[in-house]
Amino acid sequence: MTTTALSAPRERRRDPRRHYPMWFYLPAAAVYGVLFIVPTVASLYFAFTRWNLSGAEFIGFENFALFFREPYLFQGLVNTLIYGALTSGLKVVLGLLLGVFLTSQIIARGYLRSVVFFPVLVSTVGIGVTFAVLMDPSDGLINRALAVIGVDGPGWLTDPNLALVSVALVDVWKGVGLATLIYIAGIVAIPQEYFEAAKVDGASSCQNLRFVILPLLWPATSTVIVLSLIGGLRSFDLIWTMTQGGPGFTSDVVASVIFKQYQAGFWGLSSAGNVVLFLLVSAVMVPLYWLMGRKEVER
Amino acid sequence: MHSTHRPLLPRAAAGAAAAVLAAGLAACSTGGDDDGTLNILIDNSEATGSLMQALVDAYTEAHPDVEIELEIRPGGTEGDNIVKTRLQTGDMPDLFFYNSGSLLQALNPSQMLTDLSGETYLDSVTDTFKDGVTSGDAVHGVPVGQAIGGGVLYNLAAYEELGLEVPTTWDEFMANNQAILDAGTAAPVIQTYGTESAWTSQLFVLADNYNVLAAEPDWADAYTANEAHFADTPAALAGFEHLQEVAEAGYLNEDFASLTYNEGLAALVAGEGVHYPILTNALTEIEAVDPEGVDQLGFFGLPGDAPAEAGVTTWLPGALYLPQTNEDPGPAQDFLAFVASTEGCDAQTAGVSVIGPYFIDGCTVPSDVPPAVAQLQAYFDAGLTAPALEFLSPVKGPALEQITVEVGSGIRSAADAAALYDEDVKKQAQQLGLEGW
Amino acid sequence: MKRTKGVASGLIAIVLSAVVFLVPFAFIVLTASKTRGEAALREFSLPSEWAIWENFLAVVQARDYMLLAAFVNSTILTVASIVLMVVLAAMVGYVMQRRPNRWTPLANALVLAGLIIPPAVVPTIWVLQGLGLFRTLPGLVLIEVAYGLSFCVLLFRAFVATIPREVDEAAVIDGAGPVRLFFQVILPLLRSVIWTVVIVQAVAVFNDFQNPLYFLPGDDHATVQLTLYNFRSQYTTQWNLLFMDILLITVPPLIMYAFFNRQIVAGLTSGAVKG
Repeated sequence: MTTTALSAPRERRRDPRRHYPMWFYLPAAAVYGVLFIVPTVASLYFAFTRWNLSGAEFIGFENFALFFREPYLFQGLVNTLIYGALTSGLKVVLGLLLGVFLTSQIIARGYLRSVVFFPVLVSTVGIGVTFAVLMDPSDGLINRALAVIGVDGPGWLTDPNLALVSVALVDVWKGVGLATLIYIAGIVAIPQEYFEAAKVDGASSCQNLRFVILPLLWPATSTVIVLSLIGGLRSFDLIWTMTQGGPGFTSDVVASVIFKQYQAGFWGLSSAGNVVLFLLVSAVMVPLYWLMGRKEVER
Repeated sequence: MHSTHRPLLPRAAAGAAAAVLAAGLAACSTGGDDDGTLNILIDNSEATGSLMQALVDAYTEAHPDVEIELEIRPGGTEGDNIVKTRLQTGDMPDLFFYNSGSLLQALNPSQMLTDLSGETYLDSVTDTFKDGVTSGDAVHGVPVGQAIGGGVLYNLAAYEELGLEVPTTWDEFMANNQAILDAGTAAPVIQTYGTESAWTSQLFVLADNYNVLAAEPDWADAYTANEAHFADTPAALAGFEHLQEVAEAGYLNEDFASLTYNEGLAALVAGEGVHYPILTNALTEIEAVDPEGVDQLGFFGLPGDAPAEAGVTTWLPGALYLPQTNEDPGPAQDFLAFVASTEGCDAQTAGVSVIGPYFIDGCTVPSDVPPAVAQLQAYFDAGLTAPALEFLSPVKGPALEQITVEVGSGIRSAADAAALYDEDVKKQAQQLGLEGW
Repeated sequence: MKRTKGVASGLIAIVLSAVVFLVPFAFIVLTASKTRGEAALREFSLPSEWAIWENFLAVVQARDYMLLAAFVNSTILTVASIVLMVVLAAMVGYVMQRRPNRWTPLANALVLAGLIIPPAVVPTIWVLQGLGLFRTLPGLVLIEVAYGLSFCVLLFRAFVATIPREVDEAAVIDGAGPVRLFFQVILPLLRSVIWTVVIVQAVAVFNDFQNPLYFLPGDDHATVQLTLYNFRSQYTTQWNLLFMDILLITVPPLIMYAFFNRQIVAGLTSGAVKG
């Protein structure tokens, strides 16, 4: 890969085989191979079978044809992309702003860092249950508070046009702490000289952010994007706790469609769905991963 | 590490006949713990829990040497999933409680469950029930609980106040709804699409089966054979249409989209809503929270369009099943014999209020039942009952509850919904490998 | 002047953060303190009658002190899987970064696959059964390790890159073998990322409910999230107990965070020196 070229001259100076033994891979590979790779390969086979409690019958690509005929699949695909883009976009922007803010000279910095991070610690089910109550259209705290200032709050989770976005916002609420933490780590790692040099050049804090912090934070940004985008595209646990894909099918994402098929006992069909989801996420992630890897090397 | 390939690959290559699977897995699985305890897997509903606890208490009192442990699983589709996964992996405890009818058929009972038809204790179980737990010639389950009616629970006080009569046709029902709406104090029809309650939206369709069968006596067989469908059978489509009519007329409670099943029941008891299409085992749920509340309610079958004799669609209760992976079925069989006896139903009666007739010969229902139960019993006495479709046909699509939620919420029209459900049904039928799909 | 600006924006931030992040938490605490009837109203208000102790007892005693057993199980599960995950992933991330060769692209692809592909439940159970690990805590530990490895490797690989190779060389000159080099020289330098991994994965494992549900079924092995899951339908009419359960299972991660907060900050600043 690209890094090989960079480190090649160094490698001549010593024998990497001695200091970085390949057997370091072994323990992880054993656990991962047996408990993840083997079952995954098996399920790849089952994607081509009609597999349920009666057994598995080979049916070729029929599951894939059936999966793409799911009437709500298209909406699920669109929802998946919206959810992934919305959550990772907001996590990057808010995480960066919070990261910059929480490394600046403000009072109660430690408290604020802790508060922003604490939702990361709460269980998804717990958050889902809590927000489902808070977002209740008539009894929920949010709409009661809005009513006080004279606004008639919407049905956050019951309005078909709003349910997905509401869940995505809760997802951001829960996950922005982690993005912030990664950004804080990145900002703290920037050597002080850079800021001082910028100061000498008379940079404003805005220019500081744009020309000093942002480029140097690229590794942090790419980590946040990779993790939150993959999480967002695959995510369904919060959706499942809060709306179960409803009302009707309006907040279904691909992962929840697959989960419902799995629950219905259509195991072959849901295995095929997993293959489709894998291809979809790969189609988004692999080019992105490659692009970001390149940018990182350029830096 | 290589040994891990053994259970997987040959089976995958061979296409994995389930019988081989079950036999092969029995060898390497723990099944239930073999410590002499009888383990029973049940769902986490209030009703199942208290019925099973009553049975277990009575049984262990008579057999002090036996220890029984109830293992609780989530309900709903998550629960279906767990039951299937544990059957498939040979990890089912000694006995488990599960639905009868089409949900049972989806478990591939002839290869997963023990045939009980040779057992003498099964002689006292009524044929009606046996039909709901039969696959081929094999009978698989022993009923826990009583017959359930699907129809409308209503608030008695509101009916009295407004001088309403129990409706026997759909038009009368709608007239009552209008009268309730005009009175302006309560919502005519309660719907509950909130957290984990979307299943309640199916009642307009499922509880209409008595009326469908009254119009089309061959409906169930034609439907199973892929010859009749919801979208092209007017009598079957009516259930979807009725839901749409009720929603469009503005008869639903305002918070239908977020209200949950339990909140809906509380609202019905409190008189905030007057009609709630639901199953009568809701009465057990109400009793657990508010023992007085049960007496506030009455019950009638979901009215249909035809002016013929009004009746009710009925559900069979769930049953206890014996998985084939149980290597020492003796204690489990003995417990099943107890459940199928009059002592068994006496224990249930003593533990939980009776909500309908038993399916075990010789079992009696106490005379002082709540009004809704008496009204349900009257339908049985008059012979005006018909089983729900899921007990006449193995085919039930998994997405009906989302589809009916869409109809009730005004997202999808009745005709559209029926067509979509027919597609959903097709998927299930193909999975079951039925003829003609 | 800068000082006053810091105070002003800090104050605004405190108010905002309180509304956005603390109100939901306060709602959990308040509802958990109410009587059943009052909790059912789901209002954001002080309880007219504090029932926090009664609710606490009710939740702890439910189902034969299931919650206590669940806490023990969850603690063992979390600690064991985190230790394994950190050591195994650090070893992989370290060699991957330091010794790129023709296997690295494959390793890279597998790491990405682990992040993307949802696990297949039934075949995994077969494998566990074949190994005799199904329904055992060690089996679930290995499952959590397998599913968490990718994320950890990704972070470790990125952070190993920030450690100059001169450090390795110095240690090698001092006569360190590969094992000592890694465990005594490199691993301590990875402190900051280790804390990040520990926090993130401990929370993920502790809060996981799907994997215990499928790979460790049975009440004897319940984990804390399963109590929430099991109680959920039981408590649909008892919001006070449901929220008390949520509160109780949220407290351990909070304590952990409060306790390790300083280590994280310290770890982060030490990372800064190396740039």
